[in-house]
Amino acid sequence: MAYSEKVIDHYSNPKNVGTLDKSKNNVGTGLVGAPECGDVMRLQIEVDEESGIIKDAKFKTFGCGSAIASSSLATEWLKGKSVDEAMAIDNMDIVEELNLPPVKIHCSVLAEDAIKAAINDYRVKNGMPELELEGKKH
Amino acid sequence: MELKLPIYLDNNATTPMDPRVLEAMLPYFVEKFGNSASRNHSFGWVAEEAVDYGREQVAKLIGADPKEIIFTSGATEADNLALKGVYEMYSSKGNHIITCTTEHKAVLDTCKHIEKIGGEVTYLDVQADGLIDLKQLEAAITDKTILIAIMYGNNEIGVIQPVKEISAIARKRGVLFFTDATQAVGKIPVDVQADGIDLMAFSAHKMYGPKGVGALYVRRKNPRVKVTAQMDGGGHERGMRSGTMNVPGIVGFGKACEIAMNEMEAEAKRLSILRDKLETSLMELEEAYVNGNVEHRLPHVCNISFKYVEGEGLMMGFNKNIAVSSGSACTSASLEPSYVLKALGLGDDLAHSSLRFGLGRYTTEAEIDFTIDAIKTTVLKLREMSPLWEMFKEGVDIGAIEWAHH
Repeated sequence: MAYSEKVIDHYSNPKNVGTLDKSKNNVGTGLVGAPECGDVMRLQIEVDEESGIIKDAKFKTFGCGSAIASSSLATEWLKGKSVDEAMAIDNMDIVEELNLPPVKIHCSVLAEDAIKAAINDYRVKNGMPELELEGKKH
Repeated sequence: MELKLPIYLDNNATTPMDPRVLEAMLPYFVEKFGNSASRNHSFGWVAEEAVDYGREQVAKLIGADPKEIIFTSGATEADNLALKGVYEMYSSKGNHIITCTTEHKAVLDTCKHIEKIGGEVTYLDVQADGLIDLKQLEAAITDKTILIAIMYGNNEIGVIQPVKEISAIARKRGVLFFTDATQAVGKIPVDVQADGIDLMAFSAHKMYGPKGVGALYVRRKNPRVKVTAQMDGGGHERGMRSGTMNVPGIVGFGKACEIAMNEMEAEAKRLSILRDKLETSLMELEEAYVNGNVEHRLPHVCNISFKYVEGEGLMMGFNKNIAVSSGSACTSASLEPSYVLKALGLGDDLAHSSLRFGLGRYTTEAEIDFTIDAIKTTVLKLREMSPLWEMFKEGVDIGAIEWAHH
């Protein structure tokens, strides 16, 4: 199975690999997946407290090339968005952008879950209620 | 020597054909195209002579009589013929077959089929090093047992089962012994007499011969073994496998066996040195684990798990230049990692993190050096990207985290 050029590009030159200080109040962390399933994603956002805009995003991913590319792309898209706008990112947007084949759709679902988990972590830290998330099928 | 890319280190999947094999086969496509079953003209005689000679070459490599070789389309067909053929032929004696969990799918799925039609199959677990427990084998034999089916060398981890001991148990208890020796024949000495084998499947394309041709060895003496044909027709191969003989394929198979006979010893020595160099260098990485017994192992195989990186992601780092295979099944729809590695008791995480290296006749030291560098670099790069590696380094107990399984 050949990978799309965009997946190869994100895999070879991943954007925003790293770790944000999770003890900070304006940093939200989402850790999703499981080692046994072959994918674990950790996605973090840092929110500008004045404007509510995501000013930085970082990821680390254990997984295949498509999982790495999905999380790299997600961090790119998150930066500069408001938290509400970030909630609207849909896994199918990632599938389309990266031309993921059907067997790799779960990688995009995982990335969407990671975004939402990071936002929820941020919300809870800042006294906001946790958002109910619709469960998507992996 | 100049390094040519890409490098092929997946010789357990298939091997390139030896040019000497191709040369031997070429006349049998256009010029000497006859059907070896045509008894009444020279075209048939030429083909028959070629098949006879090929049969002798194949038999000689495994210490068999040429009459004991049944040509098939490959090892999968030979596995099917052995298992189903014995099950049918010996149904009056019993219906129980013993095999093990790390067998090739061609054996396991055939056994499942036999279960569906009324057979009983015991699937022995293997120990952590991939070897079966002989005491468990012996304990599993009942008065209904007709066949023990245990592979010679494993395709994923290269572990060699104690074939002589297994056959001794089989003999003692009056049970037939079948072995799938697809990965072993032509790589290490396999002798059906010394090893006490009653039936044995193997294939040309794993030993530098052509695809589409294999054989089932069926013992004719002490005891005389028979299998019920699974392919009906013209009664070829002593009635056990009908179908026009694949003359060029058999010629190529024979030549491949002859070459293996002459070169196997030197080749095994050379490849085990290269394999050990590869393995020793890669094991310098932290948290790397060799899978399977390293003493009872095929000389050209190694299987290593690189913890905290995922196998498919790892391969992507170098698969433009190096062809290997992984126990991670992320490319398959099931998302299930290798059942062989799981049978060794490996957690799914380690099974997902494994690479299988299969060296071959044309593997060079320069290729091994290149591979060592490429894999080390990629493992280190991916660990920098791995949240699990970060947790491991921070001393977090990853097993204690409640992961959301999907």
